[in-house]
Amino acid sequence: MTAGARFVGQRVARREDARFLTGRGQYVDDLTLPGTLHVAFARSDVARGRITSVDTTAAAAVPGVVAVLVASDLDRLTGEHFVDGESPDLGYTRPFCVLADGDVRFVGDPMAMVVAESRYIAEDAVDALDIVVDPEDPVIDPGRALEDGAPLVHPGSSSNLLYELPGGDTGPFDDAIASAPVVVTETFRQHRYATVPLETRGILASWDPGAGELSVWTSTQGPHGARLYLARLLGIDDSQVRVVMPDVGGSFGLKMHPSREEIAVVLATRILGRPVKWIQDRRENLMSDHHAREDDVTMTVAVDDEGTILALKAEFVESCGAYPAAFSSATPFTTMIFPGPYRVPACAASARTVHTNTAGRGSYRGPWMIETVGREQVLDRVAARLGMDPLDLRRRNVIGEHELPYALPTGVFYDQMTAAATLEQAAELIGYEHLREQQKAWRAEGRLVGIGVSLLAEPSAMAFGWMATDGATVRIGPNGRADVLTSAAGHGQSLETTIAQVVADELGIDVSHVRVLQGDTDAAPTGPGTGGSRSAVIAGGAAQQAALEVRTRMIAIAANELEASPGDLEIVDGHIHVVGTPARGVTVADVARKAYYEPSNLPAGQAPGLEGHARYTPGSPVTWSNACHICQVEVDRETGKVGILRYVVSEDCGVMINPNVVEGQIAGGVVQGIGGVLYEHMAYDDAGNPLTTTFMDYLLPTATEVPVIEYGHIETP
Amino acid sequence: MADPTAVTMTVNGQQRRALVEPRKTLADFLREDCALTGTHLGCEHGVCGACTVLLDGEAVRACLLFAVQAEGGDVTTVEGLTPPDGGLSPIQEAFREAHGLQCGFCTPGFIVSVTAFLRDNPSPTDDEIREGLSGNLCRCTGYQGIVNAVRLASGRE
Repeated sequence: MTAGARFVGQRVARREDARFLTGRGQYVDDLTLPGTLHVAFARSDVARGRITSVDTTAAAAVPGVVAVLVASDLDRLTGEHFVDGESPDLGYTRPFCVLADGDVRFVGDPMAMVVAESRYIAEDAVDALDIVVDPEDPVIDPGRALEDGAPLVHPGSSSNLLYELPGGDTGPFDDAIASAPVVVTETFRQHRYATVPLETRGILASWDPGAGELSVWTSTQGPHGARLYLARLLGIDDSQVRVVMPDVGGSFGLKMHPSREEIAVVLATRILGRPVKWIQDRRENLMSDHHAREDDVTMTVAVDDEGTILALKAEFVESCGAYPAAFSSATPFTTMIFPGPYRVPACAASARTVHTNTAGRGSYRGPWMIETVGREQVLDRVAARLGMDPLDLRRRNVIGEHELPYALPTGVFYDQMTAAATLEQAAELIGYEHLREQQKAWRAEGRLVGIGVSLLAEPSAMAFGWMATDGATVRIGPNGRADVLTSAAGHGQSLETTIAQVVADELGIDVSHVRVLQGDTDAAPTGPGTGGSRSAVIAGGAAQQAALEVRTRMIAIAANELEASPGDLEIVDGHIHVVGTPARGVTVADVARKAYYEPSNLPAGQAPGLEGHARYTPGSPVTWSNACHICQVEVDRETGKVGILRYVVSEDCGVMINPNVVEGQIAGGVVQGIGGVLYEHMAYDDAGNPLTTTFMDYLLPTATEVPVIEYGHIETP
Repeated sequence: MADPTAVTMTVNGQQRRALVEPRKTLADFLREDCALTGTHLGCEHGVCGACTVLLDGEAVRACLLFAVQAEGGDVTTVEGLTPPDGGLSPIQEAFREAHGLQCGFCTPGFIVSVTAFLRDNPSPTDDEIREGLSGNLCRCTGYQGIVNAVRLASGRE
C-alpha cells in the first residue's frame, strides 16, 4: 500500500492565485485597526557624525502628531535583542541599537520617529524636527576600513573587523602549489546590490495594555522567529505575543528578522497603547535597509598541464556595513563550499567581514554567490592559459556520480551530486558545439560574442540549530476535507499549492480539498520560516509524514469497516476500497465522520478524530542541489550594451513537486542575477552618500531586458 | 496642509465622493477612501507600475496623480476588472495558467496594464508583448510566465 503520485510532479495551477489576480490578497498595508497611528523616521543624511542637539518641539506641535520618540524613549524598554541561534555565548554578536544614540553611522541611520494620525502628517513633522549632526570622516571602502588609523564605524571598538576566519592548516595547499606547473591567481569583485522585494517591509503592531498582549502583523519570512525575538525584546512571555504573517510581496532574504524600524514600531505601540503602523517607502528600502554582495575573493588555483585541479585557495573580504543583519555573513559558507562540484584535493581559505559607514549587509538570495563568481571565473582564466575549452576543463574536473560519496578537504560531504549530468544536459540544450562554431564565424565578422559556462553546488534544506526542524499538522474534518497547518512561511514560493499536492497524494484526495494554513503563530506549528532553501524539503517532509499518519488511521478504520486487510486497500479520489474493486468501499468523509462521531465503533487501539502531527528533520544538515548555467552574450561595440542571446539552466532540485513552480523559481533567480550583474548597483560616493535611492537610479530589469530562459531538469530522488 | 477638497469620480462603475487633502494621491484615495486595496504601492515614484489603474480608459500610475486630478473621471481598478460572479477574466485566467505570478504584489498592476495593452493591440508579437510589459516591474517571475500569459490571453481575447 503506497500513496499514488497523482498531483506531485504535475503543473498544478496555484491555489493562491485567485486572490492575488483579483486584488484580494491581503498584504500588511491592506490591514488596519481602529485608531491606527502611522510612523515616519528621521534619518541621518551624513555617513558618520556626532548628534549634537535634538529639538523635537516644533515636530511635536504639528497638529495630528501623537508622539516624537528618540533613542532614550525606546532603550529603556529594550531587553535582549538576539535572534534565535545568535547569542554572545555562541560567540556571534553584532552591533545593535534601535535609534541612533549620540552618533550616526551611515546615511539613513534612523535618529527619531514621529507617530501621527496619518503618514502624511508624520512626514510633515519629520521635516519640522531639528536634529544637528556634526559630520566626521566616514569609511566607505572595506579595504580602507582595515587600514591602521581608519575611522572606526563603531566608536569604542578596537577595529572595523567584525569577524575573521583564519583558515586553518594550509600545509596541503602550500605543498601542492609549490610543485604545480600552472598557478593562476586573480581577485574577483561583486558590487553592492540592494534587496528589492516589490512589497517593502511593513508592520502593524498593537499592544493591548489591559490584556498585556502584543499582536503584530508583519511582512516577514519567519513569524515564529519574530514572536520569540519580540517576547525577549520586551521581556514578556511568548504567550503574550502573537505574530501574523499576512500575504508577503517577496522578500529574498530581506525579511528574515525584524528590522530596527520594526522594533521601534513595536516599542511605540507598547508605549502608546494604540495600534502603530509603518510601511517602508522605496527610498528607505534602497537607502537604509539591508544590502547585499559588495564582497571580493582572491582565488588561487593550481592545475597540472592537462588542466586537472591540484589545489584551490580562496581569500574573502566582505563589507557588512554598520549594522549587519543576523547571520548575514556568508563567510562560514563560502569558506566551506568554494570548491563547488569539483574534485579539489587540497584547499585553503580565509575570510574577513568588515564594518563600513554604509547600510548593513543582509542575507540576500544566494548570499554566498561570490564563491561561484570567483571560482568559475578563475577556471576560465585557467582554460585560457592552457588553451582549453572551458567546458572541457569543467568536464575534466567535475565530480562524477561514480565517485560518490565525495568528501572535500573543507569538510563538505556530497552524498548526491549530478553536476556532471547537468553540464552535459545544458551543453546539449544550448547546442554548445554549434555555438562555438557560430562564435568563431561571428567574431570573424567583428561581432563580440561570448559564451559563459558555470557550475555550482548549492546547499539547501539547511537543518541545524534553530533551523533543524519544521512541523505540520494535517487534519481531515467530518466533511472529508483536509487542513494542513505548516510552520513554513511562503511568500511567493507557492507553498499553498506544493504542500497541498504532497498531502493530497498521501491522503488520496483531490488537491482542491486540501487547504494549507501558515503564518499565524497562534495556529501554525513553530519553525524558522523561510530561509536556507528549506521549505519544500523540510516543511514538505513534515506535511507528508503528518498526512501519512492520517492515512494510516483512515486505512485502519476502513479496513475494519470493509473487513479487509489494511494492506489491500487504496484511497483514490477520496474513496477507500480494496485495490481493483472500487465498487465496494467507503469515502474519506464516511471514515472521518466515524472517527469524530462514533469513537466507540472504531477498531481497537484507534484514537478518535483524524489528525496527524509530525516534525521533520532531514538526515543531514544540508541537502545538496546543483546546476549548470550556460549563456551566449553579445556586447555592442558602439554602446557597450550587453545582450543575452541564449540562456540555459540545467538543474537538479530532487523530485519536482510542481515543474511550473521550479521553473518559476529558476527564472526569478536568473533574472535577479542578470539584474545584479548588468543593471542593479547600490552605489555610494566617497562621502558615503547613497546615489541610487530611486528606481530611476537603481535599475531593475524589465521584460525587455531578459531573454527567454530554457530549462533542463535532472531529477534525483 | 491645505483644507480638504471635495472630489467626485466613478470607480469601478460606482460614484464615489469624498473630502480629501489636495495632496492625497489617487492611489491613497482608492486604498483608503474607497477601500480598494488591490491597487498596490511599490515605489511611489512612477516606475514600478504596481499602482496602475485605468483612468478614462488609459493606464495611469495612481501614485503620480492626486485624487483631485481625477475629479469627474472614470477609474477602473483590478477589482473592477474581475467578473462579478467571482470568476477570473480571460487575462487573469491566463496569468494563472501560465504561472505568471508568484508573490502577487505586482500582479494587479500587470493585470490592469495588460488589459489596456491587449485592448489596443489584440494580436501582439513577442517583442510587442515585452515592450508592452516594460512599464511594470516583477521581482519573482523573471517575466517568463508573464510573457507567456499575455501570449495565451491574446489568443483568447
